[in-house]
Amino acid sequence: MSVYDYLYYIILPILAVSILIIFIRFLIGPKLSDRVVALDLLLTTGIGIIAVYSIITNQPAFLDIAMILALIAFLGTVAFAYYLEKREKND
Amino acid sequence: MKTIIFKTASTYLLPLLVLFSVFILLRGHYLPGGGFVGGLIASIAFVIHSFANGLEQTKSLIKFHPGFLMPIGLCIALLSGAAPLLVGQSFMTGLWFEDPLPVIGMVGSALFFDTGVYLVVIGVTLTIIFTISETL
Repeated sequence: MSVYDYLYYIILPILAVSILIIFIRFLIGPKLSDRVVALDLLLTTGIGIIAVYSIITNQPAFLDIAMILALIAFLGTVAFAYYLEKREKND
Repeated sequence: MKTIIFKTASTYLLPLLVLFSVFILLRGHYLPGGGFVGGLIASIAFVIHSFANGLEQTKSLIKFHPGFLMPIGLCIALLSGAAPLLVGQSFMTGLWFEDPLPVIGMVGSALFFDTGVYLVVIGVTLTIIFTISETL
């Protein structure tokens, strides 16, 4: 079993199933903070998928896209946390 | 936000991200990247710094209003587009130096156009986000 088979038949299905589960949490999340954490986890799983895809297609340029996506996900989470903190202070 | 971990991380992240944005800008001709993405990364660096340390500190770090970057960038882009007119070629023809420079690689008028886009994107994004977070 080569690395490519391992990535195709084990890693990618795990990531796909986990994206579905996280999306259910994103839909039903009782509070806004649960949804923010689910969104962050969705983006992180997407970064994992991009990394696997860049290994399979042998294109190192995709890793930079994963890096930029990680940066934007981090900024989004920080901005949501900032907003939640402000909203609690105002209430 | 007053978290010491985020504050410490943002001090290290700012120069690293600006360096990465310049790398993305210079790489943009034959590989993914370019002026727009580079400008977005550089402005994200300043936005993270402003979230961690407060808006006033970031403004004193930049020294001038980021809106001034917009006309400067547009002028650079226009001049690099008009440069082939001096040699007798049509507007926005790509002019390239013969030999690649050591670190930067191939230098031509397209690189200066990209630099103009980079400055415009930084100016627009920082102006928008600073205005929003002032009124929040």
